[in-house]
Amino acid sequence: MNGARRLAAKLAPPVLGLTTLVLAIILIQILIEAGRINRFVVPLPTQIAASFGRVIAEENVLGRFLLTAGEALAAGVLLTVVGIGLGVLLYRFRLLRLACETWVAALASAPLVLMYPLFLVIFGRSALTMVMIGFVAALPPVILKTIEGLAGTRRVLIDVGRSFKLTQAQQFWKILFPAALPSMFVGIRLGLIFALINVVGVEFLINFGGLGQLINELAERYDLPGTYAAICFVVLVSVCFFAVTGWIERWLRPAD
Amino acid sequence: MAETGRLTRAPALVANPVMLLRVGLIAAVLALWQTVSVSGLLFRDVVPSLGAIAGALARLLVDPGFFGHLGTSALEIAVALVIGGLSGLIVGLALGANRLLGKAFEPYLYYLGPTPKIIFFPIMIMWFGVGPGSKVAMGVISCFFPIALSTAAGMRQIDRVLIRVGRSFRAATWQMVSKIYLPAMREPIVNGVRLGFGVAVIGTLLAETKLSNRGVGFLVINSYSTFDMPRMYALLIIVFMIAIGVNALVGRLGAGRPHIKS
Repeated sequence: MNGARRLAAKLAPPVLGLTTLVLAIILIQILIEAGRINRFVVPLPTQIAASFGRVIAEENVLGRFLLTAGEALAAGVLLTVVGIGLGVLLYRFRLLRLACETWVAALASAPLVLMYPLFLVIFGRSALTMVMIGFVAALPPVILKTIEGLAGTRRVLIDVGRSFKLTQAQQFWKILFPAALPSMFVGIRLGLIFALINVVGVEFLINFGGLGQLINELAERYDLPGTYAAICFVVLVSVCFFAVTGWIERWLRPAD
Repeated sequence: MAETGRLTRAPALVANPVMLLRVGLIAAVLALWQTVSVSGLLFRDVVPSLGAIAGALARLLVDPGFFGHLGTSALEIAVALVIGGLSGLIVGLALGANRLLGKAFEPYLYYLGPTPKIIFFPIMIMWFGVGPGSKVAMGVISCFFPIALSTAAGMRQIDRVLIRVGRSFRAATWQMVSKIYLPAMREPIVNGVRLGFGVAVIGTLLAETKLSNRGVGFLVINSYSTFDMPRMYALLIIVFMIAIGVNALVGRLGAGRPHIKS
């Protein structure tokens, strides 16, 4: 009896959420069919669902997805190398950190992606522009999280390393780096998410490349159900990306 | 007592090398920039001389037309923050107050939050037209998520005692919200507003670069199409400075007054 109640309590929230979502979609369908919502502004949900297959089959969605994901991953590799490198540098030289950390934090709050026209001039309309904009826009959080992780290493661990007379390099690789790894991964994950958002955004804005361009193209063709379907698809892709990196993060984090 | 002197002198000793290093770093970057610009290693238009950028900056700052565009963008962002902020606050309060609602709907917000918002722009154009309406809408959907999520999270970390005090005084719902919840959640809310402001700026200005004839985003893309690089650098510098300044100001509000204990 108790178990059944517990199961019901566990299932109630997702069921409520899903039911509301389905009901909202049905309501929209009814309102459009009744002419309350203009169907030339919001297409019928059934039309959107039906155009999913068409968009996937005709618009080379897999190729576009691979392109966008590849650009975001390339930006992620750059972020990992440069971001963690700079973070370690700032941690290692205290004076440098005191001088620059607030600058990095300030840059994190600036709309860096607005530099995309500048990148277009420098790198041209190419995949390199996407990678670079994803990289630059996502760099500050990676640096900040790396410093945070290194600076948060427990004092005891550092003292253990000292009492074993570890060299600087050993101290870094055996103590500081493993201790900072979870926080660094939080930074890399944030960076990857930022990179993906910015890559898709700029693809949409300059009508070039992968998934972002797909939406722009369908919208310019005034293929309404297609546009909505493509947007749903991109949202799904980013949600999956977000969820998977979230799992990896939890898996990497030591049980504490 | 002897300690006092050391303690008061210490910050000056630490601050000086930091300031020196900062000035040195800035000077080094500027010098490098100017060298590259003069040497012609990169296209001169991509790396314009410091003088050209400073000139463009000065021209912008005395141009009344620029302030018109800046005002348009600022107004769009402000309206977006008010609409997105209030709706985010209400949704966050509802999700934070009710466990069932929170568990049912928060995952959707949590997963939709980090999706690229700019892709909704074609829909926003259809719904709200090509004018400022669609830019405001972009700002709203950008800033709604971080504000709603941090309000909901902030609500859950309120000291239970405060809530029980409110209940035992039989506070009405709106009294609970205005006297207990909001004051106790100032920090997470301010944090949410900070994040929300950042993404609202991005959403609005990016939308302006895509389709508009007013606003700072339009000016940036206009300098790109007329290939006026010094002007683009000047615009970016101004936008970054304003964004960083507002962010710091809002952050100070959050950390500002010490908690009143009596």
